[in-house]
Amino acid sequence: MKKYVIIGNSAAAIGAVQGIRSVDKDGTITIITDEAYHTYSRPLISYWLEGKVTDEKIYYREPDFYEKNNVMTMFSTRAEKIENGFVVLDNGGKVQYDKLLIATGSKPFVPPMKGLDEVEDKFTFMTWDSAKAIREKVTDGTKVLIIGAGLIGLKCAEALYHLNADITVVDLADRILPSILDVRAGEIMQKHIEQKGTKFILGASVEQFSKNSAKLTNGDTVDFDILVVAVGVRPNTELVSEAGGKVEKGIITDLHQQTTIENVYAAGDCTVSHDCSSDTDKILALLPNAFMQGEVAGKNMAGEETLYLNAIPMNAIGFYGLHIITAGSYNGDADITEDADKEIYKKLVFRDGLLKGFILMGDVARAGIYTSMIREQIPLTDVDFELLREKPQMMMFGKARREEKLAGITH
Amino acid sequence: MKKVYVNEDWCLACHLCEYYCAAANSGAENMIKAFANGNKPIPRIRVEEGSGINFAVQCRHCDVPLCVKSCITGALSVKDGVISCDESRCVGCYTCVLACPYGCIVTSESSKVISKCDLCMKNNNGDPACVKGCPNKAIVLEER
Repeated sequence: MKKYVIIGNSAAAIGAVQGIRSVDKDGTITIITDEAYHTYSRPLISYWLEGKVTDEKIYYREPDFYEKNNVMTMFSTRAEKIENGFVVLDNGGKVQYDKLLIATGSKPFVPPMKGLDEVEDKFTFMTWDSAKAIREKVTDGTKVLIIGAGLIGLKCAEALYHLNADITVVDLADRILPSILDVRAGEIMQKHIEQKGTKFILGASVEQFSKNSAKLTNGDTVDFDILVVAVGVRPNTELVSEAGGKVEKGIITDLHQQTTIENVYAAGDCTVSHDCSSDTDKILALLPNAFMQGEVAGKNMAGEETLYLNAIPMNAIGFYGLHIITAGSYNGDADITEDADKEIYKKLVFRDGLLKGFILMGDVARAGIYTSMIREQIPLTDVDFELLREKPQMMMFGKARREEKLAGITH
Repeated sequence: MKKVYVNEDWCLACHLCEYYCAAANSGAENMIKAFANGNKPIPRIRVEEGSGINFAVQCRHCDVPLCVKSCITGALSVKDGVISCDESRCVGCYTCVLACPYGCIVTSESSKVISKCDLCMKNNNGDPACVKGCPNKAIVLEER
């Protein structure tokens, strides 16, 4: 009977449990996590903070998930190192493995900032515990300074907006959400959020903190009750690098999700993925990517050879009620349509005869048809280009693909 | 397992499947009550119309369900091959809309959560209203 050990308890870890159990019903699975909770959905912490999701609904899998899948859990336990087929724990214990998965995710990056030590109520926003800590400090009118106008910073801002906080977001970049939006889409979203009362100070950073205020590089001073630092994240790669495994921007794996260490696999935000839309290697810190990588890792760990292919950046996210769906890369010829009054923006990016990326804001219906064009690298010559430009629709494909997909007829 | 398939050569673009679907999933006891008082229940099947080509599209209940794998909350799940959504756990993030290759996850301004075809498992014990209502047998429930 194989001994499977998984370090981590979020999407990649759960994907691995499901992957292992689809092949091997008998082996033992042990999950080691430094958090104290049954697996919960990390992206839901902002929904929990605003009160939209309760304690009972934040869980990523049903309460009996571990029982049903025969998984042993070690909560509030930190894995310190990997050594000779064992995971060494912070409590001095050791857990033996035949196959090990590193699904350790990432941690918030807090850059050195002058005077930061003087700030008493400072937080990051990555875990349920961090959301709980923020929740305790926020009431009507609480002044919140958020450093970072990326996905994490703005999801935190949105949650706090629903709690009637007084929010200022500062970012060194001159635009918001640069990881997923182009300049114009960023402007539309910024205006949308500003109309709800959240303030932005862009192109500025903090020169000096004191206990309850920040002096900025542009000369402004922002007073605050609490500070949230959301400038970025760093992958948790130490377990692998210290054991001699290859780590670059993140943990390096092959397409089976195996690291350069025998019997040690890795999946999720701690790893480097191959983005097939730009043909580059990068960290794709996305929940679907983590789950699917974990599932592939699990199957391979259990002996069913599976490859993880067709990964691309892709995000579906909304801020203050305005939806965005984006995917792929934006390097190429752009086709843009916009109706700014209705907060609708659409950008399609073409290169090498393929759809390579898109941004849909406001009207996001059926976006997955575009996503499939990118992931499956369907040539533009195989579709009706005008219909593709108009909206995502099955009509744009030829009859053969439609019959295969909708009528189950294989040609 | 049996799935819903469409024959685009026979589709009349009458949109009756959309009305039957919307009514069946509305919780109302019949079509008249479902659409009473200006109610506009949301269909989970949609007809695409083109120059002489028409067909209905709804969830394919894929063997490799990208929507389920992508769901950030665990609201989407597969049971006996049927993909369904626990709307009490959906937060309307639309990651499934991003992932579905056929555009079969339905969004609407009136609802904050998604809706999708579950082969009428919840409302009619797996006897899909679109299939029953199609006047030209362009939509069928079959093993293929």
